[in-house]
Amino acid sequence: MGLAKRKSAYVEYAQAVPLKYAIDPDSCIYLKKGKCGACKKFCEADAIDFDQKEEKHTLQVGSVILAPGFKPFDPSRFDNYQYANLPNVVTSMEFERILSASGPTMGHVSRRSKDKAEPKKIAWFQCVGSRDLNKCDNFYCSSVCCMYAIKEAVIAKEHIGEDLDCSVFYMDMRTHGKEFERFYENAKTKHGINFIRSRVHTVNPVPETDDLEIRYVTENGEIVSEIYNMIVLSVGLETSPEIVSLAQKLDVDLTEGNFCKTSSFDPVLTSKEGIYVCGAFQGPKDIPQAVVDASAAAAAAGEKLAAARNSLTKTPEKLVEKNIFGERPRIGVFVCKCGINIAGVVDVPGVAEYAASLPYVDFATDNLYSCSQDTQEVISQIIKEKNLNRVVVAACTPKTHEPLFQETLINAGLNKYLFEMCNIRNQNSWVHKNNPDLATEKAKDLVRMAVSKVALMEPLKEAELEVNQTALIVGGGVAGMAAAQSLSAQGYETHIVEQNSQLGGQALSLFKTAKGEDIQERLSTLNSEINSDDKITVHLNTKLTEVEGFVGNFKTKLSSNGDDQVLEHGVAILATGAAALEPKEYHYGKDSRIITSLELDKKLIEGDPTLKSLNSAVFIQCVGSREPDRQYCSRVCCTHSIDNALELKKRNPEMSVYILYRDIRTYGEREILYRKAREAGVIFIRYTLENKPEVLIDGNNITVKITDHVLGRPIEIGADLLSLASAVIPNKDEALAQFFKVPLNDDGFFVEKHAKLGPSEFATDGVFLCGLAHYPKPIDESIAQGKAAASRAITLLSRQIIFTSGTVAATTQADCSSCGVCISICPYNAPSFLEEGPFAGKAQINSVLCKGCGLCVASCRSGAIRLKGFDNDQIFSQIFSMNEAV
Amino acid sequence: MPKDLIGSVMVVGGGIAGMQSALDLADSGYYVYLVEKGPSIGGAMSQLDKTFPTNDCAM
Repeated sequence: MGLAKRKSAYVEYAQAVPLKYAIDPDSCIYLKKGKCGACKKFCEADAIDFDQKEEKHTLQVGSVILAPGFKPFDPSRFDNYQYANLPNVVTSMEFERILSASGPTMGHVSRRSKDKAEPKKIAWFQCVGSRDLNKCDNFYCSSVCCMYAIKEAVIAKEHIGEDLDCSVFYMDMRTHGKEFERFYENAKTKHGINFIRSRVHTVNPVPETDDLEIRYVTENGEIVSEIYNMIVLSVGLETSPEIVSLAQKLDVDLTEGNFCKTSSFDPVLTSKEGIYVCGAFQGPKDIPQAVVDASAAAAAAGEKLAAARNSLTKTPEKLVEKNIFGERPRIGVFVCKCGINIAGVVDVPGVAEYAASLPYVDFATDNLYSCSQDTQEVISQIIKEKNLNRVVVAACTPKTHEPLFQETLINAGLNKYLFEMCNIRNQNSWVHKNNPDLATEKAKDLVRMAVSKVALMEPLKEAELEVNQTALIVGGGVAGMAAAQSLSAQGYETHIVEQNSQLGGQALSLFKTAKGEDIQERLSTLNSEINSDDKITVHLNTKLTEVEGFVGNFKTKLSSNGDDQVLEHGVAILATGAAALEPKEYHYGKDSRIITSLELDKKLIEGDPTLKSLNSAVFIQCVGSREPDRQYCSRVCCTHSIDNALELKKRNPEMSVYILYRDIRTYGEREILYRKAREAGVIFIRYTLENKPEVLIDGNNITVKITDHVLGRPIEIGADLLSLASAVIPNKDEALAQFFKVPLNDDGFFVEKHAKLGPSEFATDGVFLCGLAHYPKPIDESIAQGKAAASRAITLLSRQIIFTSGTVAATTQADCSSCGVCISICPYNAPSFLEEGPFAGKAQINSVLCKGCGLCVASCRSGAIRLKGFDNDQIFSQIFSMNEAV
Repeated sequence: MPKDLIGSVMVVGGGIAGMQSALDLADSGYYVYLVEKGPSIGGAMSQLDKTFPTNDCAM
């Protein structure tokens, strides 16, 4: 990013994958001038080849997925912010690096000017390169900047301290994502971050200092001048010219904002068959949405190739495992140099020599890179030749490399649990650079501990589970329907359970999508496609009454008008949707002209002729959303109301249409609708939570009173129609949550596995999530998530057989006192009391359900539970052998 | 299986979206070519400091 100097031979960052050096041709002296070449001389692995040329490869593939990402907007051309001239005006991406511990300032927040001072007052400017047709061509909202600016401000305060003064200058605060609104509220109230609704027009350097004077106009029309130490420009997302030309080459259509054109009902399909899209190229979006789309694109690509599944992949041959029962430990120790990463500090051959002297160690050596493929083969060879039955690798972190070495053990015919890894790099050579002697001693200690533990390791068995190839989808709205179609297209038997008498869910009451597509028309096509699909069975008027089993083998009781049926399935997708809130304010229900957004959609679907003759229509936003007792944004209502306002204007251009709002949240390219509505003469009036509009019914007249945010005066609007944008409220289905052991959040939406990286699945294996049950979202995002849930489910179904982990808890029933603490403490329902046999009444643990978390082990007062692979004697022997050194 | 059907997919771009697509496809039995112009995968997310809501390191 140019914040710090980088050498010509570099790795992008410490955790880069692959973690290999690259040469930057723009700064390498050898490549530019033909001199130097030092790296080639010093490289022990002889990996440098200056003659490497760009090569062309031709690959035959069944589908293509485009995920080329975005380019952060370059604000250099904005002369009023002076980004190019003033060092203390930085972009939000640069500020991320300044905050990062692996960044140029090691996470110490400091200015870019020569004083490198810690700032005391920082301002964020929103919508730089977004929602702006005056200074750039990006009309759209970049969707992510409001949230990242708040996050950066909160973290900057964490780094510098509570005294740091943070202000965010914005137009509309767009925190429409899951849990975002709460974060925004906390930023205001708990962290004391200032939010100022204004676009700053001028930034000037303060003479003799590196500070910045900014000028802006407040909402009351006052001109304010303030001094800040640092300014962060919240830059938007755009598609780079290279990607635009790639799209042209591929004949893929783009939108007005240069993103990939897709339809709401096929949100990841480009205009070209066989080419799919995901990530920010599909439209500016945040990480969870990009991850949803990514899985959806994988599903869409797979749907077309299902017949060729497994035709090009290879399954490694499995070796017969050696029985080591009764053998004395014969341990092999492999100490890694990791190039100079470890060997530059630690005396690696010395550690290997020491290891050879330890009890039961039959073999010890050092490797230049233990993880390289040739070393793997050598290790496997040595295990066989020396007849080793336990292995220790002293190298880097097991988090990334344990599976690799376990694979090596398997290839040598050993059980993969006869292995121990110790980290002499991240936890030793990297942190004790200045104390090589002590670091060598520490490496020896770590190796000795690992050796004493591994000697007591025993082969563990992984339970093998057959995965039932049928999928159950709970909820037949568009998300569930999309998931079902994807699963069926990939060859899986699918059942949709719907409690109502028809499929379609909330979409049945919706008129058009934000892109103008007719929803009812598409829905009836979807319906007939599903009904004629022989792999999809639809159960209408049906509810779940009981769920038994676990990943791969669920047994669910379906109940329909008194008829019960048990369905066996391998996976479950929860797509139970949400509902529209019935408003309790604004005199809803007292006058037929006061209706909800969905009721207006109904009139539009039915082509109600009275809509044409209205003189005035008023929309009130955030009815039940963003309130203290419902602290979330319903995400869809701004776009929905603006869309409907435009529909009314289309029917009668003379109609006066007002939208009363708090923040307009037409994120992404939906912003174009906001612009169109203003051009069509729709009047937008802002209100605050403390000063809500008031609705009066007086005889035949409905009057809406509101304080106009520009005039600052109360005004009265006569309304022939009042449309209330009522909140999307979750079903809060606690019984279902209990059935599948999945959590609900405070608002009543399901909690996904990971907010960023696992949005369409639960932490409970084999259970997936999509649609409104996850969080309010429009149709295109619901369909994408339906496909994403299907994609995640297919990664499980296609394996057919799964293995559970070997490191699970087990009870010694003779020692069990039947207290039941393990049963109540286990989050996964793994322990239960035996019902018969000599140990009836004692606890047993289902190894399939156990996740090996160890809670029951710690809670057992009788010491009757052990965690395999982390047994007491193993851990104690590790600790005691540490003691020898102290 | 139709003769001309190829069980592989090319994913263009190794950011978070490309990586997730590639993983899903590979885990579903399709051969994946992940094409990235830079020397490592990770994309824009790897440049971020921490991510909401857990403040997990973006790595």
